[in-house]
Amino acid sequence: MNPAWFLLFLPLAVAAANQLVLKKTGLAPIVSVASALATFMIAVLLLGKNETAHFAWATIGDFSINIGIKLDQLSTGMMIVVTGVGLLVHVFSLAYMKDDAAKARYFTGLSLFMFSMTGIVLADNFIMTFIFWELVGLSSYLLIGHWYQKDSAADAAKKAFLCNRIGDFGFMVGILMLWGITGHLAFDSMKGGLEAFQTANPAIFGGVLSAAVLCIFCGAVGKSAQLPLHVWLPDAMEGPTPVSALIHAATMVAAGVYMLFRLQFTLGFEVFEGLQASAVIAWTGGITALVAALMATQQDDIKRVLAYSTLSQLGYMVMAVGLVSGEAGMFHLFTHAWFKALLFLGSGAVIFACHHEQDIWKMGGLLKKMPITGLTFLIGFAALIAVPFTSGFFSKEQILEAAHEKEPILFWIAAAVAVLTPFYRTRLYVVAFLGKNRSENASHAHEVGPLMSGPLVLLAILGVIAGFPFVASKFAPAYHQPEHLIHLGFVTYVSIGALLTGVIAGFVLYAGKEKDPVSIPLLQNRFYIDGIYDNFIVRYFQDAFAAIIAFFDEFIINGLLVGGLSRAAESFGNLFRKVQSGSLQGYAFAFGLGVILVVYFTVFPR
Amino acid sequence: MATLNDYLLVSGLLFAIGLAGVVLRRNIIIVFMCLELMLSAANLTLVAFSRFHVSPNGLPDYNGQMLVFFVITVAAAEVAVGLAIIVALYRARQTIHTDELTSLKG
Repeated sequence: MNPAWFLLFLPLAVAAANQLVLKKTGLAPIVSVASALATFMIAVLLLGKNETAHFAWATIGDFSINIGIKLDQLSTGMMIVVTGVGLLVHVFSLAYMKDDAAKARYFTGLSLFMFSMTGIVLADNFIMTFIFWELVGLSSYLLIGHWYQKDSAADAAKKAFLCNRIGDFGFMVGILMLWGITGHLAFDSMKGGLEAFQTANPAIFGGVLSAAVLCIFCGAVGKSAQLPLHVWLPDAMEGPTPVSALIHAATMVAAGVYMLFRLQFTLGFEVFEGLQASAVIAWTGGITALVAALMATQQDDIKRVLAYSTLSQLGYMVMAVGLVSGEAGMFHLFTHAWFKALLFLGSGAVIFACHHEQDIWKMGGLLKKMPITGLTFLIGFAALIAVPFTSGFFSKEQILEAAHEKEPILFWIAAAVAVLTPFYRTRLYVVAFLGKNRSENASHAHEVGPLMSGPLVLLAILGVIAGFPFVASKFAPAYHQPEHLIHLGFVTYVSIGALLTGVIAGFVLYAGKEKDPVSIPLLQNRFYIDGIYDNFIVRYFQDAFAAIIAFFDEFIINGLLVGGLSRAAESFGNLFRKVQSGSLQGYAFAFGLGVILVVYFTVFPR
Repeated sequence: MATLNDYLLVSGLLFAIGLAGVVLRRNIIIVFMCLELMLSAANLTLVAFSRFHVSPNGLPDYNGQMLVFFVITVAAAEVAVGLAIIVALYRARQTIHTDELTSLKG
């Protein structure tokens, strides 16, 4: 039996065992961590394999839906990211969630998430992808809403789920369209079907494929939080910080990029060159990257800054996929997963140490109090802003080069993002880690224990080395090795120039400041997009729809069907009640009348 | 000489009087007596048919008269049980007026 089945089903078994048996015993966290460790080891063993295996899950006539496993460089590399970050996050959670009353539920959620994410990565057909796609949505919902007693967490969970559902609807339509076009659902046979379709209908081929790809892209827009469905991701920071690191930075949100790349990989990259859908994807990614970076410059919550930077980096990846340079996108996904998980776990350590204080203006001076966290955070920060010889530099370079080659305007957008990223990161670092303590909580902060700092150090190492060819060519899901480690050219100069501009601007503006010297309400309020959604879409569209449904429910279903039936039964009952008069002679009379009728019908038969 | 029709007419009248009594009177004893009256009417019919239906051997058809005995027997048993019920009812409710015995009303 293929060990990949263990990789897929072990977390599910652990989630079930935790929920059903181990909840009361306190063993759940240990079991989950053990399962994460086991899956990581299996994932390492599976590296470089090229196999498929499947069994029929549902059979309808001669059509069957398979649950299958496809192992290739893409999926095994992605599994390293998922299980690797997953393992470190599990370990970090042991310490971070130590005092939480619902630890067992939390670890059950994590295991369920590992199961769902593994399913997406290993899926060998689109229906399975979709099933697990929904499952990650569910586990994300459960984990964001872990502290459901807080209204804001419950609302954020709901928002995340609904935004994802909107995207998933398009995704489903896209899958069905693609099935219609190619006649296959399994990745392996799709390409043949597509070619057959192309030869049969050359005229409409591009348009139909574009429509299908755009519908599928809707799923990625929801899951990878691209404009205009990005609103859920910053709110998802209401969940526990390790969850944000695992799900909302490293793995789940990258699933959209992974899925798009898998699609391109399956159908062949040449099909996507010059397709209108590709341009739409690239522009969506580019604009998301820019807008999110702009929003990030004015956020005060440490996790929200990170959330917007995640959005922005996801924008980069989606842009790369749209430019049909998916390798660059996947490479960035790979490096980003490590250093963004590092940054989130670092912020988790900071939040933990500062007694759940998240406002950066109430921190300050933390580098002295928490040297390990501060230094690892600095490394993650360096990787994110693409300081040369960190992992982020190499991957961002590839994306910028791809943009430079194919779409100059997008290149300049990406360059603008490359200025903004160091700027808001420097702001965050200077304000939170340097300077003086600005609040009681921050001055009492002290270094976190080894269960937290261990994962931080490991991730920091990975955050630096993951970009070098000797690591990336082995572990990255897709990697195009450049000829030279650093190719000095126009793109590199722009990138380094952008980096220096951003960092210097950040230092000049924010060093030694007590409160934010710049205030741009437009950016603080995130371009008012949430407001527009609340005031227009929710009020006019959703509320009107809700009113119609409420009317239908209240009057048609409740009043007419349910109430009507009960009223009919009641009036019949009342009618027959009249017959039960209780008067003896009434009964006798009715009896006599009945006898006479019987006699009448017997004597005068018709 | 009275004909079969005369007997049947009397019997019908008796039955109608009995039925009217059962339906209209409120005293349960009277109702009970009227019930007996209806049984008697039926008996009279049976006897009349028996008397006027002569067999080939010149004798009346005794089947009808036999049936009358059964009816009388059953009626006697019925009176015994019925009166007992009425006595028990009176003890329980202190009334034998049908208008006040409406506990079956829905």
